Amino acid sequence: MSTPALPGSSDVFADPARDARDAPLPEESVGLWGFLTTIDHKRIGLRFIVTAFGFFVLAGILALLMRLQLAVPENGLIGPDRYNQIFTTHGTTMMFIFAVPIMAALGVYLVPLMLGTRNIAFPRMIAYAYWLYLFGGLMLYTAFVLDVGPDAGWFSYVPLAGPQYGVGKRSDFWAQLITFTEVSGLLVTVSIITTVFKLRAPGMTIERIPLFVWAQLVTMFMTMFAMPAVMVASTALILDRLVGTHFFNYAEGGDALLWQHLFWFFGHPEVYMIFVPGLGVVSAIVPVFARRPQFGYPAMVVSLIATAFLSFGLWVHHMFATALPDVGKVLFTAASMAIAIPTAVQLFCWTVTLWTGKTVLRTPLWFVLGFFFILVLGGLTGIMVSSVPLDLQLHDTYFVVAHLHYVLIGGAVFPLFAGFHYWFPKVTGRMMDEQLGRWTFWLMFIGFNVAFFPMHILGLEGMPRRVYTYSAAMGWGALNMTATVGAIVLGFGILLFAVNVARSLRYGALAGANPWQADTLEWWYSSPPAFGNTHRIPVITSRTPLWTPGGIAGEVRGLSRSPPETLVTSGLEAHPDHRVAMPTPTIWPLISAIATTVLFIGSIFTPWAVVWGSIPVAIALTIWFWPTRAEARRHRALEKSP
Amino acid sequence: MSEVVLDPGSRDVDARALPSYAFGTSSLMWWGTVGVAAIEGTAFALAIIMYFYVRTRVQTWPPSADPPELIWGTVNTLILLASLIPNQLAKKAGERQDLRGVRIWLCVCLLFAIAFIVVRGFEYTALNVKWDTNAYGSAVWFLLSLHTTHLVTDTFDSAVLAALFFTGPLEGKRYADVSENALYWYFVVGAWLPIYVVLYWAPRWM
Repeated sequence: MSTPALPGSSDVFADPARDARDAPLPEESVGLWGFLTTIDHKRIGLRFIVTAFGFFVLAGILALLMRLQLAVPENGLIGPDRYNQIFTTHGTTMMFIFAVPIMAALGVYLVPLMLGTRNIAFPRMIAYAYWLYLFGGLMLYTAFVLDVGPDAGWFSYVPLAGPQYGVGKRSDFWAQLITFTEVSGLLVTVSIITTVFKLRAPGMTIERIPLFVWAQLVTMFMTMFAMPAVMVASTALILDRLVGTHFFNYAEGGDALLWQHLFWFFGHPEVYMIFVPGLGVVSAIVPVFARRPQFGYPAMVVSLIATAFLSFGLWVHHMFATALPDVGKVLFTAASMAIAIPTAVQLFCWTVTLWTGKTVLRTPLWFVLGFFFILVLGGLTGIMVSSVPLDLQLHDTYFVVAHLHYVLIGGAVFPLFAGFHYWFPKVTGRMMDEQLGRWTFWLMFIGFNVAFFPMHILGLEGMPRRVYTYSAAMGWGALNMTATVGAIVLGFGILLFAVNVARSLRYGALAGANPWQADTLEWWYSSPPAFGNTHRIPVITSRTPLWTPGGIAGEVRGLSRSPPETLVTSGLEAHPDHRVAMPTPTIWPLISAIATTVLFIGSIFTPWAVVWGSIPVAIALTIWFWPTRAEARRHRALEKSP
Repeated sequence: MSEVVLDPGSRDVDARALPSYAFGTSSLMWWGTVGVAAIEGTAFALAIIMYFYVRTRVQTWPPSADPPELIWGTVNTLILLASLIPNQLAKKAGERQDLRGVRIWLCVCLLFAIAFIVVRGFEYTALNVKWDTNAYGSAVWFLLSLHTTHLVTDTFDSAVLAALFFTGPLEGKRYADVSENALYWYFVVGAWLPIYVVLYWAPRWM
């Protein structure tokens, strides 16, 4: 690679000290049993990422089906009922089982590495969260294949999704999918927050935390306070449908708008739960390819936190078309415009970093530049629809479809693909092909804009979203055909990415520990990092430890390798506090997840499943918790009372 | 380019001298417990907001029903407040690593929890409304059941922990678990007080 090296940057290839440091800790789980019982954050994180990418591909195929149906007017390819299931499953997948989980999964994989610890906090809980998530996603697609997929849109408005109009079990599957993914997502928040506050390498004070980790931390706090809203809402929905409560029944004192408030109190922060980790990815990549430290670190951190707070004050802008008081709407307009400020601050900081650095253009940076372009366009249409009169005109049209895809694909998918290309060598030990990477970028970038830009115009011309066809007399045919062609090009871009991954896994150049000569700790380990990440937890003295001479100033000695221990440090200053034995591999998170799945799916059909279904869950969780004598003996041998 | 030079002696940390578990904010379990409490506390707050949201839909409150009888809810509030004492004593015994004290006070805590669950059964019979009567009834049953779920799970958790303290295998960090177990019970109590006021007093005051 021709990247100019920075003084102090370390290429620590073929170093005997490194080999000793990076050998796997004993007691890694191997084979099929190991696959089912592992508690390694990297294996679970990678599994999360691969699964979420699989759901992304499935939902992408559904999107292509919709585009084929809409390519020409009065098309008969897909009927209206199937079409409803397709757009609902597409949106539900992309929001709930692709975007939010894959962003958290990046954190599960990368946060412990960036912080210099051996594993994530509560790794068994992360394993349980993964299995629940997988089973929830499989349930959704099983329902879809059996023609009982949800059909009321990804935000499942009542009364359409309520007992009166939502026929059969379709909306119940939607509501329980929410329960699966939210339980899973909330457990991940607890784990990552604890990891960030308690498991940082000594010396990694709060102002030395990488921006990627800050973005993850902020996201996890947002998730923690936003996700319960959708759990409460979906529980109330399924209760209305299953046992006859009246939360959303106007005739008995309930209110359909209550659903919208609860859903969007979650749903708006959700956009930022997807977008903020993407900002973290960009902040990890920009300095490395600008070959200089990030400009304006404190402003970046404050902007992330400000975004999180403001994101809780926007939800009513999804409800401008309802009969809420105008004064209230004005406040939400103001907040919706204000949130552009912290994002703009970050854009300026990245621009300065790139402008003043010795920028090297590689595939990850191409995707970041694509992110800048698309996100700015999505942000501008966002400012347009934050104005109540314009929103009333554009509500439920293709303009909103264009806006939300510019924001979400620009704000999350492009950073995500930047991240895939950037961290692929760390995860697999091999480089991705640069040439194919650039082709992927340009196909995706051009395909995306050709697919979604015409939708702005279609929306202005009045084409409503969620229609399965339209009359030729409306004159929307040409733009729809253009959008379909763009979607196919975008699909080819993603296909090319998959080809590049498959080729690079086998033939890619060996990467070494730090192929990009990057600054953060994840590039300090071998690629891929071994079980337990490192034998020698580093002592940090710098925000860019691999770029600063003496940035890694020492190591932690005296931690047991078998049973493996890790170091807990203090929350702000990261002073060494105590040792803690790492949890051992176990099958019980999987069994508990199966028991929980029986409870959740059973409760779609009978409320009593909550009662009898909780018995196996309680038994499984108890065995999971209960220590073995051998384990306790080993811990006691290393025990030292505080 | 060579490996970043490790400078032995200057910045190295020797972990052998450090304790192998900790109490309070130092421990991972504290963070886990507080994290879960924050999530569930948010759910409680939203359920209360739902209650007051459906309140705005009607003129009189409660609509076509008498308010819940005060007696059982109030008895339960007193039991719950009293249960703070054995929990604090269990927590202190845990922090002293006093096995006998932990066993005794965990059992006393369990008795309180079971008494609370029994009286909770009576509470359900004295609500004067059913979940499917109207949205008011739905909100009342939702709030009470959300809290009951926490009560039952925490009672079960405490029972498992108490059993472990009688049968073993034990190790030092279990005393920290006793401390976090008490912390979670404080959350269950702390969540109940506003729910008690909403369920039993809001219909009388509004």
